[in-house]
Amino acid sequence: MRSLVTERPPKPIIPKPIIAIRNIWKTYAMGEAEVRALRGVSLTIDRGDFVAIMGDSGSGKSTMMNILGCLDVPSKGWFWLDGVDVRGLDEVALSQVRSRKIGFVFQSYNLIPRTTALANVELPLAYAGVRPKERRARAVAALEAVCLEARLDHLPSEMSGGQQQRVAVARAIVTNPSMILADEPTGNLDTAAAEDVMAIFNRLNAEGRTVVLITHEADIAQFAKRVIRLRDGEIVEDRRQAAVEGLPPRLAESSTIRTAGATS
Amino acid sequence: MIWRDNLRIAVGGATSNKLRSLLTMLGVLIGVAAVIILVAVGTGSSLSVQNNIERLGTNTLTVLNSGRFGGRATTGTQTQAATITLADVRAMQDPSQAPDVESVSPVVSTTVTATFSGATDTSAAVTGSTPSYLTASDDTVEAGSSITSSEVTNRSRVVVIGQTVVSDLFANENPIGQTIQLGSSSFQVVGVLAEKGASGIQDPNNVVIAPYTAVQDELTGESSSFTELLVQGKSNGTLDLAQSEVETILAAANNTTVANLPFTIINEASLLSTASSTSSTFTVLLAAVAAISLLVGGIGVMNIMLVTVTERTREIGIRKAIGAPKSVILAQFLYEAVFLSLLGGIGGVLISVIGSQFKIAGVVPVIAPYSIFLALGVAVAVGVFFGFYPANRAASLRPIDALRYE
Repeated sequence: MRSLVTERPPKPIIPKPIIAIRNIWKTYAMGEAEVRALRGVSLTIDRGDFVAIMGDSGSGKSTMMNILGCLDVPSKGWFWLDGVDVRGLDEVALSQVRSRKIGFVFQSYNLIPRTTALANVELPLAYAGVRPKERRARAVAALEAVCLEARLDHLPSEMSGGQQQRVAVARAIVTNPSMILADEPTGNLDTAAAEDVMAIFNRLNAEGRTVVLITHEADIAQFAKRVIRLRDGEIVEDRRQAAVEGLPPRLAESSTIRTAGATS
Repeated sequence: MIWRDNLRIAVGGATSNKLRSLLTMLGVLIGVAAVIILVAVGTGSSLSVQNNIERLGTNTLTVLNSGRFGGRATTGTQTQAATITLADVRAMQDPSQAPDVESVSPVVSTTVTATFSGATDTSAAVTGSTPSYLTASDDTVEAGSSITSSEVTNRSRVVVIGQTVVSDLFANENPIGQTIQLGSSSFQVVGVLAEKGASGIQDPNNVVIAPYTAVQDELTGESSSFTELLVQGKSNGTLDLAQSEVETILAAANNTTVANLPFTIINEASLLSTASSTSSTFTVLLAAVAAISLLVGGIGVMNIMLVTVTERTREIGIRKAIGAPKSVILAQFLYEAVFLSLLGGIGGVLISVIGSQFKIAGVVPVIAPYSIFLALGVAVAVGVFFGFYPANRAASLRPIDALRYE
């Protein structure tokens, strides 16, 4: 008896999921009518995953993005973000959560105008209270990660859309957040620039970062390890394209091709 | 967030639209400059009024013989003009009757044409009096000597002349010892008065002071009465006591009561306090008008900040999404409003310092240091007050709404 108890194998350390949503509802009052944007969605996203949330307009994917990004709170349901119960947090606490746990990438880049790339990337660190010296070093590193080390002092107005979006990605990763949340990041970009940005997401995910992508483009969703489709506020499809632990599918493909090319 | 970074962001925001910021600052600038300059004008004019009165001597009483113009004491069938007599002067000089009177200077005044070897000085004011007059009226002899008591007793025809008379009559000669003609009589110049600042329309330097006895003999004709008395009190505080002693003496001499005294007594101290209270009311009024323009400037700041917040709604949303707390956004826009109003305020101080170098409406403005601090302080307060509402509005925006804003 005694030996059984002591020799019981240790509990495996299960990494807490980045996102755990249970039965979430979001309703808006639109004049007289009540719009149910989300109807009882439950979802778990693990650390290191690359998830694409798809859906047509009106499917509730924007609402989903707002709630996942702590920009909005659900009307009903439970939401743990990296182990933190987000429900009932006030404005100040929510801004802290956003600052520490989420890196946003928006469709329209949303860089601060008249502010250099470097200053834009430094800003989240400034709001988090990081000292100027460290801030600068980290911002430069983040811009290097998106291959923009030559554009540190450029203003958003002096850069192409793809470059601006890469600055936005650098800004999203500079705080080392638990999750990168990208809302239609390629929506305003041409194919080549979109490929560049997606390649960066691939690399970030390969380095172990969790990426959540909101998109309506199927070929962008192909980059993700897992595709979730929303329709009328409910999850109608949850398809896994690659394992959480492995490389993102496109990166795996290209490395396979490269490997194949090398062997032949 | 380090406040210095936020300050830099705020300044960057204010300088992003230079023309608009400049115009907003102009509103505050004009307000602050108006407050400082108008208070300076008020202070300057009240100072000049005070100087004028103090030049007359603040501890003096002037007894004017208004009896000639209708204040007649009627006793039965006998009608006689009430006059200031030598007996009155003697009584006032008696310390037992008037202990608070320092000196009494009887004055006989007239206006004559003064000439010196052909050069003509029209209408010099001739004052016939005693040596104490010069002290009481704050006149000082610059060169030569004053008139003396013995010259008064001896009815000597000597004069002390003012600077205007000197410049009109004497080109290069030394006036001391020269003989000038006052009307048809000749007087010897014994002294020259120091320059006195203008105290109104009359030129205080166009004067001739002589013993009253000589003036009575030669110019006004033999008479026992005086035009006015200049009474100097022992001190400022006891001037009212001196006044009542003088009134008692005059009432007794004229068989009347103090209330019916046929003389006008001007108390310089009360004149000064009236004048200074009038001018301080004037200053407050000017400051109030200026304060209104400062208020208008403040409303301008608020207006522009509201526009700025609306214009930068999206930027506020981005900042909030990437982790800016409410307090930081509030501070950012407050800093911006205060930056505008402070800069406007500093500009206003500079403009007003420059502006007060010039005479405004005949008054030399004197900048009151308190008005600079007050106006700057109010400008900053205006920035905080009028900036708070727009800043709070920005800070309270929900990031989701702000991000959606186009």
